[in-house]
Amino acid sequence: MSFINPTFRHPELPVNELGYTKKDYEGTISTLCAGCGHDSISGSIIRAVHELSIPPHQIAKLSGIGCSSKTPAYFLGNSHGFNAVHGRMPSVATGAAMANRDLIYLGVSGDGDTASIGMGQFTHAIRRNLNMVYIVMNNGCYGLTKGQDSATADEGSASKKGDPNPFSSIDLCATALNLGATFVSRSFSGDKEQLIPLIKAAISHRGFALVDVVSPCVTFNNNAASTKSYEFVREHAEATGTVDFVPMREEIKAHYEPGTSTEVTMHDGSVLHLRKLEEGFDPFDRASAMSAIARHREAGKVMTGLVYLDRTAPDLHEVLDTVHRPLNTLSESDLCPGNHVLENINASLR
Amino acid sequence: MKSIESVNEFVIKFANVNGTGSASANNMFAKALFRMGLPVCPKNIFPSNIQGMPTWYEVRVSEKGYLGRRGGVDIILSVNPQSMPNDIQEVEPGGYFIYDNTKPLDLRLIRNDVNIIGIPLTGICNQTYSDPRQRQLFKNVIYVGALAALLDIDFAALTGLVGDQFKGKEKLIKPNIHALELGHQYAKENFDCPISIRVERRDLVGDSILMDGNTATALGCIYGGATFAAWYPITPSTSVAEAYETYCRRLRIDPGTGRKNYAIVQAEDELAAIGMVIGASWNGARSFTATSGPGLSLMQEFLGLAYFAEVPTVLIDVQRAGPSTGMPTRTQQSDILSAAYCSHGDTKQVLLFPSTPKECFDMAAEAFDLAERLQTPVIMLSDLDLGMNDNMSAPLSWDDERRFDRGKVLTREELNEMERYGRYEDVDMDAVCYRTIPGTHPDKGAFVTRGTSRDEFAAYTEVGEAYERNMLRLMAKWETAKQYVPAPEFTPAARPTSHGVIFFGTSEASSLEALDYLAEEGVHLDAMRVRAFPFNDDVEAFIDQHEFTFVIEQNRDSQLRTLLMAEFEFGPDKLKSVLCFDGTPISARNIRKQILQQLPGSNVTPLRRETAGAGKGESA
Repeated sequence: MSFINPTFRHPELPVNELGYTKKDYEGTISTLCAGCGHDSISGSIIRAVHELSIPPHQIAKLSGIGCSSKTPAYFLGNSHGFNAVHGRMPSVATGAAMANRDLIYLGVSGDGDTASIGMGQFTHAIRRNLNMVYIVMNNGCYGLTKGQDSATADEGSASKKGDPNPFSSIDLCATALNLGATFVSRSFSGDKEQLIPLIKAAISHRGFALVDVVSPCVTFNNNAASTKSYEFVREHAEATGTVDFVPMREEIKAHYEPGTSTEVTMHDGSVLHLRKLEEGFDPFDRASAMSAIARHREAGKVMTGLVYLDRTAPDLHEVLDTVHRPLNTLSESDLCPGNHVLENINASLR
Repeated sequence: MKSIESVNEFVIKFANVNGTGSASANNMFAKALFRMGLPVCPKNIFPSNIQGMPTWYEVRVSEKGYLGRRGGVDIILSVNPQSMPNDIQEVEPGGYFIYDNTKPLDLRLIRNDVNIIGIPLTGICNQTYSDPRQRQLFKNVIYVGALAALLDIDFAALTGLVGDQFKGKEKLIKPNIHALELGHQYAKENFDCPISIRVERRDLVGDSILMDGNTATALGCIYGGATFAAWYPITPSTSVAEAYETYCRRLRIDPGTGRKNYAIVQAEDELAAIGMVIGASWNGARSFTATSGPGLSLMQEFLGLAYFAEVPTVLIDVQRAGPSTGMPTRTQQSDILSAAYCSHGDTKQVLLFPSTPKECFDMAAEAFDLAERLQTPVIMLSDLDLGMNDNMSAPLSWDDERRFDRGKVLTREELNEMERYGRYEDVDMDAVCYRTIPGTHPDKGAFVTRGTSRDEFAAYTEVGEAYERNMLRLMAKWETAKQYVPAPEFTPAARPTSHGVIFFGTSEASSLEALDYLAEEGVHLDAMRVRAFPFNDDVEAFIDQHEFTFVIEQNRDSQLRTLLMAEFEFGPDKLKSVLCFDGTPISARNIRKQILQQLPGSNVTPLRRETAGAGKGESA
């Protein structure tokens, strides 16, 4: 059978600045397990893009292989998607971004797809500061092959299968920080209030934006001994601060007490209001961010929120000094030097 | 001893130590002969090493116009004591062994059937130069000067080349010309010049150029409209990406802004390189990667995705000797099968087989049209011999009226007119469907590209019938491809014959030469050069028309023959193999010998002067 979302909608659904309802940003109905954290993330992506009033065709969504990588079918049905091979989404995104710098590239991956088979491509997309949003739906296990431990499973954590994981885990945020990532954040699929503004901020960021989202696997890794279960994450998540996202065109309505928040203007003119909840943590200082992650880890906590932000680093197109027109719009007259040039080259080879 | 007597028809081989600057001196030698109007065929035989190992440079001069390897060496110029014992053994009887006699030659090496000429190259250098680097570099230039006297090379052609080579670095011109003169003078004073093998000016090269295939390929990518290249360094394909960058810097700068009309990413590995190319092509930019056998192996999974998801993808494979790391700096045509059926599952990939730099240029440009017309990967199979050696070639040319064939791509306006868009609907009944580029239309034409099975509307499905329908359409598209890929070229024999010969790529020149030898001996063969896969019907008809056909190729496993048998179901008796896989380009003598051995009633190979010693260094 095929899955189709019901077409019935309330006649007065709110529309965004472009006149689109949230429905215009939805995809086909999810085939993931009921209660899967990934579906909440899909929902957050839909809301974030709708609220940002981004025309659906200005986004390209890309993924690898796995439960997480199936989700692009379930959101942004009017955007082109590319479900690539396992662990290789970053390379496809790199090529796509090189071809057209004007689109927004939204990559979706899982912990198996990113931290194991795709570790190489993940790290190199970071070092190049590729202008993309990279969302990891992180459940600590391989869901689609029935629950094997992944490389982000915490040491000692046990999935439904029962054996505690004997290996140390890879912390994707810490890894990204180490590699020079310019936007690093972590959230929880069950906390949309935090996740949606983070996704918006990630989209506004020019450069590589990591959103590592702990997203419990209800079927294989939601048991008592797992550190990626709903219960565990709810109890142990600790936000380092809050992020309010104000899009470029919107008036700032909320009132912020002076001294309680930091205002950050993103490249597209949007504004982030960051409110720190923790003393001695500075999300604009890489070393501070790294030690905050380590501190939380040692305390058995899951640090969430905006971990690090650097708005000054050039993205790959700037580094390569490419023309501002998308490369895929250049024509023969821009690209073909003409026969007279070949004649000169020929002459130099005689 | 009878010395070989020859004007403009010989093979000379330089034996050097790599990393000593010999390549540019040897190049100068070959190009001087080319500028004297003589067809030349230089081949660099080099180790997988940066400094200190033996390296050779073989130059064939042929006023008959033969541009392949002949086999055998008439003159060896050896400045590498390490390889001397083998080098001297390679000289044809009556040939010349020229060496640096600053240290005396080991008496055990001396052959009585070879002319031995000693020139104290190191001695001259030590006397003239005090700087050790100069002593090393100018030694090479000095022997080129000596050869000019011995072979009667036009000295002005050499000095002209020095001027060209050091344009912009004028203060280097004088010392180089001085070094040439030192060698020239020594040879004039100490030997009867010219020797019995020599050159004379002719007018036989017309408007030909001398260039390497990789540079031509890179230019083809530029003219073909590639705006993006992703690559990972691997011999012998590296110079494709490097030449692309060099020429892009000159030819692809936006005049208004000074910014680049291209992007190049050196990827973390070949998997990423092909992934980037697929991503860029999917997003509407012409893009390519260049690699060699090991890289092709790594790209297999992605190439299956591109085949199945129908993403135009251009890949240049400059083949080298495998398997595994094999001989990274030696040539072979051994990726035929792994490229033709590249990836798991039922896959077939379009292949192009260039045989000259001109064809590298043409086919590279054409690859982008084919890939977009057919919405599938196109793999151009060059090889080290073609890619990294200077080859004499027709000049490159481009029709300024030519427009890129972007294939079936829907515009925003066309999407507006459509009721429902189906990415994999075969609207035109040629099995090629319409694609859309991301960003084209706000609410029409979007779909998810995937490697999993899907229906005509790109929706995921595991329904067997839908999967099968799609696989059969891909097979029908393969039929469509036959009318677009380059057709084979035929060279009929002078007399009617029931036997044929098939060759492709860099085996062409040696094959044509071997056919001349055979015709002189009364053996006539119709020839066909295959230029692409899928094979079109003419290829099948050619094999059908002949009792049996030789398939000449440079690999162990008769890969093209296997491919022909698999595609056409010919029995093994219809196709006979002529092979060379020792890492050197196949030679005309080798081909002749193998064909004669396999002809009915030709159990004995007739001996000719040229065949003596032809087996050396060659597989038979």
